[in-house]
Amino acid sequence: MTSQLYLSGVSCSFDGFKAINNLSMVIQKGELHAVIGPNGAGKTTMMDIITGKTRPDEGEVFWNETVDLTKIDEAGSAQLGIGRKFQKPTVFETLTVEDNIAIALKADRGVLATLFDRQTKKQAKKITELLELVRLNDDRARMAADLSHGQKQWLEIGMLLAQDPELLLVDEPAAGMTDAETMRTADLLKSIAGERSVVVVEHDMEFVRALNCKVTVLHQGSVLAEGTLDHVSAMPEVIEVYLGR
Amino acid sequence: MLKKLLITIVLIVQGLAVSAQDFEASVAQLPEGGYSDRAIIVHQIADSGDDRAAVVLELLLAGDLYFHKAERIVVRLSEIGDDDVAFDLLTDAEIGIVGRRDAKKIKVNNGLRREIRAVLGAMYLQNPDPDVRMEAAEAVYKSGDPDQISALDAAIVAETDDDVATAFREARAVAVLNSDLDVSEKLAAIVTLRERGGRDVPGVLAAFTDDPDLGAAATTAITEIEDIQKLWNLGQNIWYGLSLGSVLLLAAIGLAITFGVMGVINMAHGELVMLGAYTTFAVQEVIRNEFPQLFDYSLFIAAPLAFLVAGLVGVAIERGVVRFLYGRPLETLLATWGISLILQQTVRSIFGPNNREVGNPTFMSGAFELGGMTITYSRMWILLFSLVVFAGLLLLLKRTSMGLRMRAVTQNRKMAADMGINTGWVDAMTFGLGAGVAGLAGVALSQIGNVSPNLGQGYIVDSFMVVVFGGAGNLWGALAGAFSLGIANKFLEPFAGAVLAKIIVLIFIILFIQKRPRGLFALKGRAVEN
Amino acid sequence: MFNRLIDRRMGIFLFGLFVLTVAVPVGNLAMSGQPVPSYAVALMAKYLCYALLAVSLDLVWGFAGILSLGHGAFFALGGYAMGMHLMREIGPRGVYGDPLLPDFMVFLNYDALPWFWLGFDNFLFAVLMVVLVPGLLAFVFGWLAFRSRVTGVYLSIITQAMTYALMLTFFRNELGLGGNNGLTDFKDVLGFNLQTDSTRAGLFVIAATALTAGLLISRFITTSKLGKVLVGVRDAESRTRFIGYRVEGFKLFVFVISAMMAGVAGAIYTPVVGIINPGEFSPANSIEIVIWVALGGRGTLVGAAIGAIIVALAKTLLTGWIPEIWLFALGGMFVLVTLFLPHGVLGAVENTLNKFRPKKETTV
Repeated sequence: MTSQLYLSGVSCSFDGFKAINNLSMVIQKGELHAVIGPNGAGKTTMMDIITGKTRPDEGEVFWNETVDLTKIDEAGSAQLGIGRKFQKPTVFETLTVEDNIAIALKADRGVLATLFDRQTKKQAKKITELLELVRLNDDRARMAADLSHGQKQWLEIGMLLAQDPELLLVDEPAAGMTDAETMRTADLLKSIAGERSVVVVEHDMEFVRALNCKVTVLHQGSVLAEGTLDHVSAMPEVIEVYLGR
Repeated sequence: MLKKLLITIVLIVQGLAVSAQDFEASVAQLPEGGYSDRAIIVHQIADSGDDRAAVVLELLLAGDLYFHKAERIVVRLSEIGDDDVAFDLLTDAEIGIVGRRDAKKIKVNNGLRREIRAVLGAMYLQNPDPDVRMEAAEAVYKSGDPDQISALDAAIVAETDDDVATAFREARAVAVLNSDLDVSEKLAAIVTLRERGGRDVPGVLAAFTDDPDLGAAATTAITEIEDIQKLWNLGQNIWYGLSLGSVLLLAAIGLAITFGVMGVINMAHGELVMLGAYTTFAVQEVIRNEFPQLFDYSLFIAAPLAFLVAGLVGVAIERGVVRFLYGRPLETLLATWGISLILQQTVRSIFGPNNREVGNPTFMSGAFELGGMTITYSRMWILLFSLVVFAGLLLLLKRTSMGLRMRAVTQNRKMAADMGINTGWVDAMTFGLGAGVAGLAGVALSQIGNVSPNLGQGYIVDSFMVVVFGGAGNLWGALAGAFSLGIANKFLEPFAGAVLAKIIVLIFIILFIQKRPRGLFALKGRAVEN
Repeated sequence: MFNRLIDRRMGIFLFGLFVLTVAVPVGNLAMSGQPVPSYAVALMAKYLCYALLAVSLDLVWGFAGILSLGHGAFFALGGYAMGMHLMREIGPRGVYGDPLLPDFMVFLNYDALPWFWLGFDNFLFAVLMVVLVPGLLAFVFGWLAFRSRVTGVYLSIITQAMTYALMLTFFRNELGLGGNNGLTDFKDVLGFNLQTDSTRAGLFVIAATALTAGLLISRFITTSKLGKVLVGVRDAESRTRFIGYRVEGFKLFVFVISAMMAGVAGAIYTPVVGIINPGEFSPANSIEIVIWVALGGRGTLVGAAIGAIIVALAKTLLTGWIPEIWLFALGGMFVLVTLFLPHGVLGAVENTLNKFRPKKETTV
C-alpha cells in the first residue's frame, strides 16, 4: 500500500520561533486520521505546509510518494487533490449557495476554460446531490452570507466534496455546531474515509472519539504520541501537555 | 572690501606717532622726477603710516592721479557724467571740471606698478587685524602675483595666527609657481597646495601639468585633490539625501501612525501637513503686524499651534468619518480623499490660491562650511527636528500609558475594551497624534519652500511610498525608508536629473513591493497574514 | 445568451442609450433649429467616454476587488496612442508647416521623428496600440503585483505610484510626446474634419457604441463562471486558491481586459475634446474615477456608467455656476457616498422601488 502523504523531518520557523520542529508523519491512502494538540502545537502550520501556503525551512513532503509538495502552491495542491477546510468557515459570502458549490466543482481551472465554461446537466445533477448531502438544497438560491454559522460549515464541507479530493484536511469542523450536527459531521467524515483520505484537526475530544481512528498528538511542533485515542490519552506525556498546565 | 580695509587702517594708524606733514609732502612730490624718483616717494608714502596712504597708492596704481596745472596740487579725477571732475587728493574737496589740458597724469610704468603692488600687499599683509590679513592672503592667492613673494615672506615671519600663516604660505605657493624661482621652490609650492586641497587648487595646478619639470608633481597633486574632492561630494550628496529624507520622514511619520499602527489609510494626511504650514504662515502674519520683535520666535509659537490645529482636525476626521469605516480600508481611503479635497478648497477659499511665503527666522537662515560641504542652517535644523519628533513619538508609544493603550487597542480591540480601555477615545487620540505630527511636518516644510493649498498633494505619494517601503506598523521602518529613499533620490539626480530620479525611485519601490509585499521591516509569520 | 447578458437594469440602460444615440445626432444635424446644440453633442460624447472608463474600473474593483488608483493611466495611454495618430494626420498643416514633424518637435529642434512614432500614421496601427499599450502595461504591472500577492490598499497605493510615475514621465519634453502641453491642434480623423458637427455626432455614436460593447463584454465576463470566481477572489481570496484556482491568472486576465477598455475610452476621448496631456495621468484624476463607480453602485456595471455621467454632469454645471464649490461637492460626495450609500445610487433606487412593489411569493 502506498502512502497518500509523507512528511519527514519537516521544520519551519517564523522570526526564530519554531512552529514546526522535525515533524514526521505518514498518512495512508483512505485513512481517517485525527491530529490533536494544544494551541501553538503547529497544527495549522502543518496544514499550511501540506497545502503549499508555507514553505518549510527543511524536510521532505511528498504526495503519493512522487510529487514534492514543497514546490507547489495552494492552487497546485488543490489541483492535485488536496482539499482544505478552514477553522473559521470561509465561503464566498456574496455568491449564492449554489454558485459556491458550482465554482468548487472539479473542472479545468484554467482562465479561458473558466471564462467559456457552460454547466452540463451532469454537473447540475452533481451540485444538487451535494446540496442534498449537506442539507442546503432548500437554501441554494440564498446568499452564503445569510447562512447560519453551522450551515456555513456544511457549505464549506460541500465545497470540499465538490472538488472531489483524494485527501481532505479538515480544521476543527465541529466548532460552532450543535451536538447533533457534530455527530452527523463525524458520521459524514467516517463515510468519506476509505474512498478518500481524511485528516482532522480537532480540539473536541468527544468528536475525536466519535471518529474512532488513529490519533497523532502534536506538541511544540513535533509528534508527541501516536495511536488510538485511548492509548494516547493514557500516556503521561500527553496528560502532562493537556492537563499539566 | 577696500573701504573696510581703509577704515581699519585709519583706526589703528591713528595711534602711531607719525607726522602727517611727511605724508603730505611726499604726495606733493609725486608729480616730480622720473619713475625711479617716484618709486622712492611711493615707499615714503607707505612708510609715513598715514591713514590715507593706501588710498593714494591704489589710486596711483589705477592711474587716477593727476597734477592740476592751475592749482598746482595733486588731484584725483573722477568721471561724473561725461565730465572729468577733479578732487583734492588730501582734503577730498571738489575742485571742478577739468579739461584735457588742465591736468597732467602722474604716470606709472610696469616696474613702478609692481613696486606699488608689493608695497600695498605688504601694508595689508601686515595689518594688525587678522581678518584683513586673511583677505589680503586670499587676494594674493587669487592673483598669484609673484611680486608679493617678498612681502609674504616678511609677513609669514611676523605672523602669529596659525590660520593666517597657513593662508600666507598657500598664497605664496601660488605666487611662487607664477614666478621664475627655481624648480625646487616650485615643487615645494605644489606640495603646499596639495596639502591645502579644495575645489580651486586643481584649476591653479592645471596650468603646470605640461611643464617638463613640474608636470608629474602637478598631475599627481591634482588627482589626489580630486579624489578627496570626490569624497566631499559624496558627503555632500549624503547630506542632501539626509535632508530630503528628513522631510520625507516628517511627512511619513504621522502616516506611519495612522496607517501603520491603526491600519487606516488617511489620504488627507498631506492636507494636514498643509494645515500645519498655513498655521505657521498665519502665526507669522500676526507677529509681523503686532509683535515684530518676536519674529525669531515665530516657529516656537507656530509648532505647538500647528500640532493642535492639525491634531484637532484629525480628531474631527476620525470621530466624524473614519470610525464608521474601520475594517473597510478601501472605503476609508475614498472618504479621506474626499476630506482632503474639502480641506484644500477651504484653505484656498480663506488664504487664496496663490503661493504664500513663510519667512525664515535668523537662526534658520544662512549656511556654513564643513570641510568641502556646504550646510544650510534650515536643512540642518529640520533634520534635527525630524529626529526629535521621531524620538518623541517612539518614547510616547513605548514608554507611556497612552502609548500602551494605543498598542493594546490596535492589537486586540475587543480585549482592550473588556479591560476597560475606552477604545473610541484611544482611536481618536491615536489618529489625532498622527495628524498633529503631520502639522509639525507642515511647520518644517514651510521653511524650505512656499506654502500653497496644493502643498500636501506633492508629498502624499512620497510619504505613502516611505511607509510601504519601510513596512507599515513600524516607526523604525519609516525612519529607514525615509532616509534610504532620500539618499537614493539624491544619488540618482546627478546622473538622471531630478524628475527621472524620482521616476526611477518610484519604479524601484513598485518592484520592491513585489519582492517584499509587506516592506523592509515586515513581521513574518502566520499571524501577520491572517 | 441574451438573457444572461441583459437583465432588467442593463436592458433599461441600453435602451435609453440607444434612444440617445439616435436622437442626439438627429436633433443636432437633421432638425431645424438644432434642438441639440453642437457643444452638447461633444459634451455628451465626453461623458460616454467617462462612462466606459468607469465600467472598466468597476470590472476590476466591483468584481475582483482590485481597487486600482491608476486607471487614469490606461485611459491616458489609449488617448496618447490615438493622439499620436491625429498628430500625424495634421501632416504639413501645422503652424511651422513641417511636412514630417509635428509642431512641438519643430519647436524642440527635433531632426527626425522618434522611432516610437513610426507606424502611427496608419489608423489601424494606432487602434491596435490603443488596446495593446495599456494592455501591455497592465499585463506587466499586474503580473508582478498579483504574483507577489500584493493586495488591498497596498495594491491601490502602488497603482497610484504607477500613474504618478507616468505623469512625471509624460511631463518631460525629452519623451517626445509634447511634454507639458501634450498633443493637440488636431485637424481631422480619417479625413473627417473634427470641427464639423457631423464628425462630432459620429464620435458621439462611436462613444455610445463603445460603451455598449464595453458593458456587454463586462457583463459576459461577470456572468460567466470566471466572473463568479472573481467574486470569490474578492470575498475570500485564499479560499479560491485552496479550491484550485490560480488567483493571479484570473486577476491578471480581468485587469488586462479592463485596461484595454480604459484605453479605448481614452482613444475616443482624445478626438472628442481635442487634446490629451499629462494631466490625465494625475493621481487625482484616477481617484475621481473611483467615486464615479462608488456613487453609481459598485459591482453593477450599469451603475458605474450612470455614476460617471452624474458626476461629470455635476462638474460641468457646478464649475460653470460657482467654480469654488466644485471641490467641496466632489469631496463631500466621496465622504457621503462611502458613509451612506454603500450600494450607490443604483442600489438605493432599486431598493426604494422594491419597497413599493407589491410582495410576490418568492418561488425559486
